[in-house]
Amino acid sequence: MSAPLRKPSTDVQKDASMAKQKAMIDGNFDRLGNVKNTGEKVSYTFVPGNLNELIMCFDMVGNYPEINAIQNGLRKKSGGMIMEAEKWGHSEDVCTYVKADVGMMRKGNIGPTGQPIPEPDILMLSYTGCYTFLKWFELLRHDYKCETAMLHVPYTGDGEITDAMVQYVVKQLKEEVIPKYEKISGVKFDIDRLRENLAHSAKAEDDFVWVLESAKNKPSPIDAYFGGIYYIGPIFTAFRGTDLAVDYYKTLRAEIEQRIANGQGPITPEGEMKNEKYRIVTEGPPNYTSMREFWKMFYDEGAVVVASTYTKVGGTYDFGFRHDPSRPLESLAEYCMHCYTNRNLPERTRMLESYINDYEADGLLINSIKSCNSFAAGELMMMREVEKRTGKPAAFVETDLVDPRYFSAANVKNRLESYFQMIDQKRRAGV
Amino acid sequence: MATREDIINRCQALYDDLDFTAAREWKDAKEGRHVIGFMPMYVPREIIHAAGMLPLGILGGGDSLEVIQGDAYYQSYICRIPRSTIELLLTDRLDFVDGMLFPSICDVIRNLSGMWKLLRPDVYSHYFDVPQNYLKDVGGEFYIHELNVLKEDLEKIGSITVTDEDLKNSIAVYNENRRLTRELYKFRSDKPWLAPSSEIYLVNRAGMLIPVEDHNQLISDYIEAASAEDRPKRDNSRVVISGSFCEQPPLNLIKSIEMSGCYVVDDDYMLVNRWFTKEVPTDCPPLQALSYTFLDASVKMPSCFEPNEDIKGLFLVDTVKENNAEGVIFAATSFCDPALLERPILQDVLNDADIPHISFKYAENTGQMQPIREQAGTFADSIKLWS
Ligand code: SF4
Ligand code: SF4
Repeated sequence: MSAPLRKPSTDVQKDASMAKQKAMIDGNFDRLGNVKNTGEKVSYTFVPGNLNELIMCFDMVGNYPEINAIQNGLRKKSGGMIMEAEKWGHSEDVCTYVKADVGMMRKGNIGPTGQPIPEPDILMLSYTGCYTFLKWFELLRHDYKCETAMLHVPYTGDGEITDAMVQYVVKQLKEEVIPKYEKISGVKFDIDRLRENLAHSAKAEDDFVWVLESAKNKPSPIDAYFGGIYYIGPIFTAFRGTDLAVDYYKTLRAEIEQRIANGQGPITPEGEMKNEKYRIVTEGPPNYTSMREFWKMFYDEGAVVVASTYTKVGGTYDFGFRHDPSRPLESLAEYCMHCYTNRNLPERTRMLESYINDYEADGLLINSIKSCNSFAAGELMMMREVEKRTGKPAAFVETDLVDPRYFSAANVKNRLESYFQMIDQKRRAGV
Repeated sequence: MATREDIINRCQALYDDLDFTAAREWKDAKEGRHVIGFMPMYVPREIIHAAGMLPLGILGGGDSLEVIQGDAYYQSYICRIPRSTIELLLTDRLDFVDGMLFPSICDVIRNLSGMWKLLRPDVYSHYFDVPQNYLKDVGGEFYIHELNVLKEDLEKIGSITVTDEDLKNSIAVYNENRRLTRELYKFRSDKPWLAPSSEIYLVNRAGMLIPVEDHNQLISDYIEAASAEDRPKRDNSRVVISGSFCEQPPLNLIKSIEMSGCYVVDDDYMLVNRWFTKEVPTDCPPLQALSYTFLDASVKMPSCFEPNEDIKGLFLVDTVKENNAEGVIFAATSFCDPALLERPILQDVLNDADIPHISFKYAENTGQMQPIREQAGTFADSIKLWS
């Protein structure tokens, strides 16, 4: 039965790590807002395959346009920005992250926290797992006329990372990326500093993976999709490679260890989820403009996401990858190629299959993003394959990341409810 | 000699044939022949040719293919070419193809390469990456490696060895094909009333489906036959089409643009046959020649990064000037990220150069031509009025 759609309550419950995470992200916005006074140079870059450890070697501050789009989505500001970009001539058909960003820029580049986002000194176009990135930074460069460093990360179309691919990326780092950063920042590249940063990354990555894998417990102490979005924040962005991130993941891990010891479920915006009824694996990004409403549709039904591919978009650490200080540039190259959407469809399908099995999930839910071909093209095929291989039911909903026009709450809720009923039926049938 | 009408009828029959009979017949004519399909954009057809194989351009299902099964593989918000290509696969129309290449044009084609692997695990399929770094010792070296991987893969499929001589010969044949294609385009640009765009399109399209030697002859014959005719010259506006490099517009759309009062004097349909703007040298190692020519002399199109902001988009201004065009029609496929994201930049560049433009979207099965005809007609009239 379809329950009436209730608005989620406005009091959000937070645990210590969440507050810490928010402070870190806000701190980066402060730093960006303050570059006029500090004189820090600004590097824009993307989340998947970012080179944060390297950028830090040049004392530059990172701005992540996708994060701005997400934050603007969560704060319900993205819709207006997207319209602004469309007014400028952008098609309604294309990636809404790009439009939210371009729209923000056209509206004066005031960031989600109300502070100005400074112009880039360099656009770091590390083009990992998504073609749109390429066009996105060409669009920004068109307006800012600033230095742009391109890092072409080969797609792992045949499912493997070859030595030639690694060498290609390493050469680009040496001949294209590092010299440009040295020129812009005036700081000489120091490989030992990079090694140190990479060592920090690896430490944080260990704890991060532990956190993700804690969802194998029953009940799961975390929600690996809605909650996972908070967990990935530091490691996917300006903090990987810092002490802060190491510290954050230590705190988070301790918190979750405690939750496991107490037999507790995940924390939702309305408190602890008490009754784990369904264990779900998700594919695809979430919707950010109605995220709480979307999440509520899960926790109200006792559904917890135990593994998600979205939390691998900035690195598939749970399949073994770690940044390696002993092979600094090669390790950066491999990291870029390991990001989720840089993996071919058979690999992505295998990942989903293993999540269903390893996390003892009841099924797969795909949130197909209207404007994101990188994720969405082929998801229906993956869904059929995963269903076939695991025998578990799958469902498909369509929303958008940050365009509120494409979140139809009633439709999504109906679809989810029938999906949960389908799981019940399968269970009764002993499947 | 064949008449223009004969040539166009042959090309039309090739275009209409969704069973790829010509390619099947080519394959069946001799034991051990192989056919390698490729999606739109650039693939080094020279290597396929050097391996004694037929490169076959798969450009979707057009407006006559009913997509039934393909819809179950794709969500609603996506261009049509992957759907109809999957339909071609699932209806066994591509069952004779021994391998598929998916060039790096966008995320849709990229992911389609993985779908192919899942659907036909026993048939060779390969995502073919091209460099986005244009330094010889960086992107160039990487690309030589990729070309070599392709060569070795084909050698395995055909149980053959491809020598440098084979490659050089194939490069020469394709140099000729590019020269003739440029001549064909120049012929249309010089005398568009003698070479309607729908005909040029069909002649080009035939090149995706038949052996290159045959196509070279076909282009020459067409130019010769069409030049000899006298056809009425209309007071049309001269336009360039931009954004149609992947999913192809239906032939009716191409005709409609012309019927509405526009002579198309340049376009970006099927760029693979004009990808290099100069000859590939045959006096140096062939894979290196292909690689370096790719770096130095590729056409500009949205899937390739432009490292130099100062010249971003100027290729469109250049082609407008070179062809004495009076405006640009942006005709992009719905949901086509590369074309649609590039468009605002190109529009800015055209505005700076005072070149008028309009834009619309299409799908390969767009049936309603009236709105497009009206839009293109108004554009043609306004060019005449204000120029
Ligand atoms: S991955 Fe998807 S949402 Fe992100 S930039 Fe690419 S197309 Fe846009
Ligand atoms: S039409 Fe555009 S989006 Fe679709 S496959 Fe071709 S290049 Fe990609």
